Amino acid sequence: MSRITREEVERVAALARLHLGPDEADRMTTQLDAILDYVALLSEIDTTGIAPTSHAVPMATPLREDRPGTPLDPEDAVRNAPAREGTAFLVPKVIEGEES
Amino acid sequence: MTAPVGTLAELRAALEARRVSSRELVDAALARAQALEPKLHAFLGMRAERARAEAEASDARRAKGEVRGPLDGIPVAIKDNLVQRGEPTTCASRILEGFVSPYDATIVTRLQAAGAVIVGRTNLDEFAMGSSTENSAFGPSRNPWDTTRTPGGSSGGSAAAVAAGIVPLALGSDTGGSIRQPAACTGIVGMKPTYGRVSRYGLVAFASSLDQIGPFTRTAADAATALEVLCGHDPFDSTSLPEPVPQFSQALTGDVSGLVIGLPKEYFVAEGVDPAVLASVHAAVAELEKAGAKTREVSLPHTKYGIACYYLIAPAEASSNLARYDGVRYGHRAKDAANLSDLYCRSRSEGFGPEVKRRILLGTYVLSAGYYDAYYRKAQQVRTLLRRDFEEALAGCDVIATPTTPEIAFRLGEKSGDPLRMYLSDVYTVSANLAGVPGVSIPCGFHDGMPIGLQLMGRTLDEATLLRVADTYQRRTDWHARRPPEPA
Repeated sequence: MSRITREEVERVAALARLHLGPDEADRMTTQLDAILDYVALLSEIDTTGIAPTSHAVPMATPLREDRPGTPLDPEDAVRNAPAREGTAFLVPKVIEGEES
Repeated sequence: MTAPVGTLAELRAALEARRVSSRELVDAALARAQALEPKLHAFLGMRAERARAEAEASDARRAKGEVRGPLDGIPVAIKDNLVQRGEPTTCASRILEGFVSPYDATIVTRLQAAGAVIVGRTNLDEFAMGSSTENSAFGPSRNPWDTTRTPGGSSGGSAAAVAAGIVPLALGSDTGGSIRQPAACTGIVGMKPTYGRVSRYGLVAFASSLDQIGPFTRTAADAATALEVLCGHDPFDSTSLPEPVPQFSQALTGDVSGLVIGLPKEYFVAEGVDPAVLASVHAAVAELEKAGAKTREVSLPHTKYGIACYYLIAPAEASSNLARYDGVRYGHRAKDAANLSDLYCRSRSEGFGPEVKRRILLGTYVLSAGYYDAYYRKAQQVRTLLRRDFEEALAGCDVIATPTTPEIAFRLGEKSGDPLRMYLSDVYTVSANLAGVPGVSIPCGFHDGMPIGLQLMGRTLDEATLLRVADTYQRRTDWHARRPPEPA
């Protein structure tokens, strides 16, 4: 029995903003199925009442003085933009159905 | 071709005695890197002009008696997932094509403040996801001991650069073994400090609860020297530990008498590990016993769940961290996107390689509604059990000794078609990341002409004891002094 179907892989790909070609989707389904089959090993451990670990070395949330610093220069911040206008990032139109 | 370089300590002594200049060392490193590049592909880019200028500045400081410390004038290489202002960072991915960092990673600032000269950026598996460098979008690195084999991964380029004698020190990152495993594969020292010891500001994030930066060197003594520069609290990394950094070099007393070395029985079962590897590790432990250490069997009962736990937590975190690559602010952008959603989807699909896509899909799946508790939360609970294993074992011993890898470096192509089999290469290394404890791999023998690694793991923040044991072993053995054959 398979643990993940091709339809599920395609749904997850859409959530992750990835497009898979037909061969790629088949291959990923087979590989993810094998990986999920392996990690199912964890189900043999009884973890009732065990607190989850999200951070290996316990520490309090660090705080700092609320003092102004020197942020990244705006020109430096946008220099890598594939498309820009001034110090703004340009993207395709987000709102559809209206011509400006 | 220029000769392989000596250890960091040897180069430092040569600089101090004015037998060589930093400029000469940097020129030699650049020349050797270039000559070996067709055979090893250790590098993704060099930084020749700036490195030469910085070397000259180091020589000028030395002439005036203003040396900044033990790394001043030393050529080093860094993994290409650590950003440097004004230099490209690729993470061995097409999606970062054209990216030039607007800022320095904290470790770059620290290296430069110490006078070290960064000569180049080393190859890696794309976004540090892999165990062989075969997932690099720019082709794999090769093992200097046998160029048909992997140098390990993901920090394989850094390991190859040190093993081939190009630089005496290189930095890598270790999320599930990506420093220790390549160190074992190439016969050098690779150390992952305690989670939070080294600032990750400027390390491109893979799995944030696991990632840690550390050094590759030939000797434990050199690793101690490097860690004194690299470690320390950084307000720019909220997971950076506000703990004092010991003078690691002073811990290298050569004395391990009375120390207890724990041998976890789960790591020494014959199944899936090369008997030659086990024999070398047992011999290394026997050598430490001769030096006065005691040994005892310990248990890390959840060891067999480590890989499953890791390959749920790491991809989950990666799927979130890699959401930032969307073609908007930097990196690859798909042409002629119809709308914003199409821009995201096509930029990501064109930019990421297969292993990165696989992990994003796996991570997205295990975090998605209906699966979160069964997979992600379950893995976090098992992580708690793994942490407890280490706490309990290390209550009865000072360090834990194991093989670093179950076998010698495998051949390129041997596992690249089977992701799960590749993941199992990390079976001995992932637990230290999940538990957050420090770990180091040191060379302890050879099999079929290929190096074998001994892994030592220790208590949180107790890198000093690990380095003392590793250094003591290296004072009594010469595995670390062996060199790969010079290519014809």
